[in-house]
Amino acid sequence: MVNYIWAFLIIIGVIYSFITGNINTLNESILTNANEALDLILNLLPVIVLWTGILKIAEESGLLQKFAKLLMPLLHKLFPDVPKDNKALGYISSNIAANMLGLGSAATPAGLKAMNELQKINQNKDTATNPMITFLILNTAGVTLIPTTILALRMAYKSSSPGEIILPAIIATACSSVAGLILDYFIRKRGKKWK
Amino acid sequence: MEIISKIILPLFVVIIIFYGVKSKINVYDVFLEGAKDGLITVFNIFPSIIAMIFAINIFLDSNVLGFLISKLNNFLGGVSLPLEIIPMAILRPISGTASLAIMNDIFKVFGPDSYIGRLASILQGCTDTTVYVIALYFGSIKITKIRHALWGGLFADLVGIVAALILTYLFFG
Repeated sequence: MVNYIWAFLIIIGVIYSFITGNINTLNESILTNANEALDLILNLLPVIVLWTGILKIAEESGLLQKFAKLLMPLLHKLFPDVPKDNKALGYISSNIAANMLGLGSAATPAGLKAMNELQKINQNKDTATNPMITFLILNTAGVTLIPTTILALRMAYKSSSPGEIILPAIIATACSSVAGLILDYFIRKRGKKWK
Repeated sequence: MEIISKIILPLFVVIIIFYGVKSKINVYDVFLEGAKDGLITVFNIFPSIIAMIFAINIFLDSNVLGFLISKLNNFLGGVSLPLEIIPMAILRPISGTASLAIMNDIFKVFGPDSYIGRLASILQGCTDTTVYVIALYFGSIKITKIRHALWGGLFADLVGIVAALILTYLFFG
């Protein structure tokens, strides 16, 4: 899908530039593009490096795991179809905890392991189960307490208060998570046959 | 509200470091190790950043969007919605790098403290790459019938986008 979108953006852009006769802008755009990408990376680099360093401390000291444990009671409620001692719940909680801290690289392996465990208790191996969907909806709503890249870019563009967007972003995420979970709950109630 | 936003970051840092010292790990060494991982991460996303900036800049510089927005404005009859945000909202669930590139462009043109700059920041922060995550996770365990996972996730994203619009207005409007 990304392949098509990427090609679509370039093709539409070039064709429209030809139609409107904006060839100079187009050439300039193509030639200066890579420099802009480098600027973007250089803007992101320091904050990302700093933050992954700090988060590594959270991971090694066991703080992340402790945080994940706090989520367990909530997970039992959200995943009634998964046995309470199933390993999947542990992975799901680490995934959510890592996502919350903006630790994407730690979140993905935990998420993949969670899916693997959920697949073990799945009876139709080609069909998604309720817990899998609940997990994905929860995951894609993505609560991030420290959105590192956004902060870095806001700082780079000299925002007077880079962190001012954190709180509204958290509230917006909470809205989308809750909406997703409510929708999921009603679908689950309606179609018990996939259990 | 503003105070809470400003406190979150320092509080996080101090809690993490304090807990690290308390559980007797070598905080400085571990920090360096993690920072190195971060360097590798940035290095790894560099190609996709180049690719996305390339495509999005050609698209944005062609001003085809300006054409579409003026058409849409005629159609909507002057509803004051920052329409530049629409391509970002559409691309966000598919590619985090693409929406990041658009956010970068919005910052460049309007500044991070403009209404649309704040909206873009909140939008980037409150949703995730739904389509990508679903493809990755289900692909890894060979699930082909994903039922309502995709549109459930996209519905959550849509609610997030609407919430971002309202909250930007409430906080900064």
